[in-house]
Amino acid sequence: MTTIAHLIKTFTLWEFVKAHWLTLQYFFKPKATINYPFEKNPLSPRFRGEHALRRYPNGEERCIACKLCEAVCPALAITIESEPREDGSRRTTRYDIDMTKCIYCGFCQEACPVDAIVEGPNLEFATETREELFYDKAKLLDNGAKWERAIAANLAADAPYR
Amino acid sequence: MTSFFQTLGMSYEAAWFTATIAGILLIALPLMLAVALIIYAERKLWAAFALRRGPNVVGPFGVLQSFADGLKVFLQETIIPSASNRGLFLIAPIITFTVALMAWAVIPFADGVVLSNINVGLLYILAISSLGVYGVVIAGWASNSKYPFYSAMRAAAQMISYEVSIGFILICIVLWAGTFNVGGIVEGQRGHIFGFINAYAFNPLLFPIAIMFLISSMAETARAPFDLTEAESELVAGYQTEYSSMAFALFWLGEYANVLLMCALNAILFWGGYLPPVDWAPLYAVPGIIWFFVKILLMFFVFAWVKATVPRYRYDQLMRLGWKVFLPISLFWVFLVSGYLMFTGHFA
Repeated sequence: MTTIAHLIKTFTLWEFVKAHWLTLQYFFKPKATINYPFEKNPLSPRFRGEHALRRYPNGEERCIACKLCEAVCPALAITIESEPREDGSRRTTRYDIDMTKCIYCGFCQEACPVDAIVEGPNLEFATETREELFYDKAKLLDNGAKWERAIAANLAADAPYR
Repeated sequence: MTSFFQTLGMSYEAAWFTATIAGILLIALPLMLAVALIIYAERKLWAAFALRRGPNVVGPFGVLQSFADGLKVFLQETIIPSASNRGLFLIAPIITFTVALMAWAVIPFADGVVLSNINVGLLYILAISSLGVYGVVIAGWASNSKYPFYSAMRAAAQMISYEVSIGFILICIVLWAGTFNVGGIVEGQRGHIFGFINAYAFNPLLFPIAIMFLISSMAETARAPFDLTEAESELVAGYQTEYSSMAFALFWLGEYANVLLMCALNAILFWGGYLPPVDWAPLYAVPGIIWFFVKILLMFFVFAWVKATVPRYRYDQLMRLGWKVFLPISLFWVFLVSGYLMFTGHFA
């Protein structure tokens, strides 16, 4: 009996008919993907994207060149050099991040005592050349200026859980 | 068309020549356009089966995606591997592409609208589609690289295996229609079932071979689930591995022109070609070419549907299906059909 049933199933291509019926049902379902460059998924406030160096509201750089981020960076992507400024406070003269080395672990922003280096919500910073991904201090401060509102909002949203 | 050119004051020979050239252009150019659009349509269909969106950025709904891809490919450098056989390497895609276009000469687009209305049209199609394998084999050999070579071996064996059963299936149809002329086969389907359904596929004796022809035509064009010649996980890109730029594009165009040809053949042999589905006067108000295109597109939907559903066959399974299942069944069906026609006095 089972062999007869098996034979009938084989000759009517029953498994194929069933499979095609299944895929046809999926054909008429709504799309599961979003229309990416025009639509975007929500991001967590903790999202670790492109780096930025922040400033205080009065325009003073936050970074005090303590080099904790350089020390903690597991990928050795951060390079810092520092000198005392004219007013005697220590500031960085060089703050480079090699974005091709960075693994986006977020240890730098965890280590930072003054919330100067942060990973912002920006994830669309692909470049055409490798050199463009070697960020220097100017680029990072520029990112800070560009993303300050989003970064500040994210930090405030995440503060109760830290 | 010849008489039209004759009214312009040409001699019969010149008019015939001009009319033929015009006919070729009239078929080949829209076909190329259709191939570009059909590639876009196929990507959209697979995307829909996988709950994705597919190309939707270039032009309205992404319709121009294939043209953008074509432009990109056109601007690339043609790389010819130094160890390859240069002449054969460049000839192979041309063969594939030309052969894919040649078979369209005998396809009737509407009643009497056919480039060359030869009496052995079906034999011609069979011969031309067998030639298609040469492009692939030569490409695999001339590349002088192991994956294209494996792919060429597979392609040769696969296409030959399925050609045999396709041949027997065509014999059944020819027996029933009583002619090798492709237009005659379409006309033979007029009012075939109960006097008003225009399709061989609804004949209970011919329906199984309609399905078998559909499956064989997928194997013949090396499409999923029979795309062993370009199985990505095993053979990189198969015989296309060493190709780039326009040579690659020619393979691509040829492959899809072949797919369209097989869809057209399915529509012609089993689904009534340019005839409306039912022999009812108001339906003839729609031009035959529209019915034909609708049928081709429906067949193409089935092709894409299968490709989106079924995983790839293993090579031994493919050979088993070809030689141990399709060949005996199609051979048996030739006996069955000819026996039926004999006892019903069809051959009187």
